[in-house]
Amino acid sequence: MRTALVTDLHANRQAVQAVLDHAAAQGVDGHAFLGDFVGYGADPAWVVDRVREHVARGAIAVQGNHDAAVARGALPTMRPDARRVVEWTREQLEGAQLDFLAGLPLQQTLGDMLFVHANAYDPPAWDYIQGRAEAVRSMHATTARVTFCGHMHEPRLYHLSVVGKAGEFEPVAGEAIPLLGSRRWLAIPGSTGQPRDGNPAACYAIYDDDLAELTFWRVPYDVEAAGSRILHAGLPAALAARLLDGR
Amino acid sequence: MGAETRQPAPAGLLPRAPLLPGSVVDGWLLEEKLHTGGMAHLWRVVRDPAAVPLPAAAAELARSLPLIMKVPRVKGGEDPATIVGFEVEQMILPTLHGVHVPRYVARGDWSRQPYIVMERIEGPTLRPRLDEAPLAIDEVTEIGARVAAALHELHKQHLVHLDVKPSNVMLRPDGSAVLVDFGLSHHDRLPDLLDEEFTLPMGTGPYMSPEQVQYVRTDLRSDLFALGVMLYHFTTGERPFGAPDSVRGLRRRLYVDPVPPRALRSDCPPWLQEVILKCLEVKPERRWQSAAQLAMALQDPSQVPLTARAGKMQTQGLIRGLKRWFFAVGAEPRSTPATPVVSQVMRNSIIVAAIDVDSATPELLEHLRETVRRIVLTEPGARLACVSVMKTARLGLDERMDTAGRSLHVNRLVGLKHWARPISKALDLNEGRMTFHVLEAPDAATAIVEFAERNQVDHIVMGARGNSALRRYLGSVSSQVVAQSPCTVTVVRV
Repeated sequence: MRTALVTDLHANRQAVQAVLDHAAAQGVDGHAFLGDFVGYGADPAWVVDRVREHVARGAIAVQGNHDAAVARGALPTMRPDARRVVEWTREQLEGAQLDFLAGLPLQQTLGDMLFVHANAYDPPAWDYIQGRAEAVRSMHATTARVTFCGHMHEPRLYHLSVVGKAGEFEPVAGEAIPLLGSRRWLAIPGSTGQPRDGNPAACYAIYDDDLAELTFWRVPYDVEAAGSRILHAGLPAALAARLLDGR
Repeated sequence: MGAETRQPAPAGLLPRAPLLPGSVVDGWLLEEKLHTGGMAHLWRVVRDPAAVPLPAAAAELARSLPLIMKVPRVKGGEDPATIVGFEVEQMILPTLHGVHVPRYVARGDWSRQPYIVMERIEGPTLRPRLDEAPLAIDEVTEIGARVAAALHELHKQHLVHLDVKPSNVMLRPDGSAVLVDFGLSHHDRLPDLLDEEFTLPMGTGPYMSPEQVQYVRTDLRSDLFALGVMLYHFTTGERPFGAPDSVRGLRRRLYVDPVPPRALRSDCPPWLQEVILKCLEVKPERRWQSAAQLAMALQDPSQVPLTARAGKMQTQGLIRGLKRWFFAVGAEPRSTPATPVVSQVMRNSIIVAAIDVDSATPELLEHLRETVRRIVLTEPGARLACVSVMKTARLGLDERMDTAGRSLHVNRLVGLKHWARPISKALDLNEGRMTFHVLEAPDAATAIVEFAERNQVDHIVMGARGNSALRRYLGSVSSQVVAQSPCTVTVVRV
């Protein structure tokens, strides 16, 4: 089965549509959404509805920190910009959409795969997998052979050998990587809605669990349109600007 | 790969039943053990007719090719070198294609029995030829050219082999060279499992390049160094750096020159010494810069520019200062030959990249990008106009919007900018130096020619339609542009 792994969609309709189209053209059999469907972008309702449709058809979806924050409401401890986006996003969503975000599980497993937004060792604390140390900690915290997570917006692939040596890899789009059974793997597909590695093209990945092959993808989309939606919504201009060069 | 299980398993640590003739592993019937090496056993295998069917492509290969199964020799519990090397090969071999590698058929998961089933190459390795060295000069150059051609093909597939040596080279009956054993290789687009795994340099002592000794695993010129060691050995019957078994011994090649081949074999032509010693330069930038260049030199000795390397008759001693002096004064080519292309390009000030972002193949798009990048790089004042033509019908209105309601025009522009982005990043082109144009016209060639005339363009770079049937049917856009445009046209073909 070939599963599209889509994460950190961040209410970016143009990016999500481009990624879903690309995955459809690749002939995927299913989807797994790894959280942060809202926040930053200007089309939260549209994006949440797309995820709900897929979940209704059997897709996996887990909750991200932005989803939790929007479902719960802004906290006084948030930075003003973040609070503004959370409040604005809540205004855009209907009750059923907010309920959907609130009801998402923190993690799901399927066979030898774990799907979680931030990490496997403490999902609700939202620690970032910033490097090998956190990746190893996460791989040790689960029995799943392959972990898929988001939260970090840059695509990465970590692996752990039988003798405990960990490696880190910056993937190249379009190359199928065999996730050999001799190792543990932790894959971060990279953000669809707000890439941050200097390449504005939307990130996602496809995992073929019959062949144990993972392919990272980059999909160009209409960044300018997504940016102008953010500006028209009155959201912080920096959120539009960063999409243009993927920062 | 339905037979693979996915439970996390301590790979390589499980006791396994010994493999014997007649054993069946994942539907592969082991017929005969052909070879026992330091790291792996090789078995002749066939597909058991009673086994679960393979995927169609693998099944066809299993029917049509003689096959071997490579099984790692995992000794005891702790043998990371064998395990990781085999993992590396399991990852890399399936990505390689062409006559210069054995065809990959299947791999076995570590939770059961790790193995690789691949094409059995009919033919010997070059290992026995070492015992016959020195070989005839013609034969040395023939072998060198064939191995270099194979290496170039692998380098184009993002691979550095890093263990080029006679026992890893086989010759097919038609003479083409096949590289085998990718257990130490580096692939640019796959995780390098060896990169930080070990604290010793990885390679085979006599053949390891100086940078490999210093843990560099990404320089394709390392393979040219190893090929140089092979050619030296075949020419002289001796190893240029011996067969050291310690890191200290390996490091000697950073400081000590090999004895020039002509000092060991008087009939070694100066040009061959030039070729070999250029392979064996300590600094990669002083070697041949690609395997194709090396292959060309071996096939056309008259075109090899001779430097002081060609005339060297003795080692220049151990004193580093003297060696540096030697390098500075003698070994460098006196002047770099001028590249005519560069001087042509220098004159150009407006360059058009005509890019069919929607239907060109990814390889052609990448080739185009690299071609354009090089041309722009050489002309600091150049401006780059990226152009894409959207066909419109000659009459009437077009369906201008696709089904999802997104404008085709915008999509084309998005695709064009995406194509060009690595160029602007690599060359730091600011806004004004790079422009984007989606032209709407019924005929692509006319639109490109008119755009070039209108903008006083100096140079058009475009791709050729690869598919000859399509070209016959639609005509060649590039040939029409070549015929009609007022300026230089570069047609890129993959």
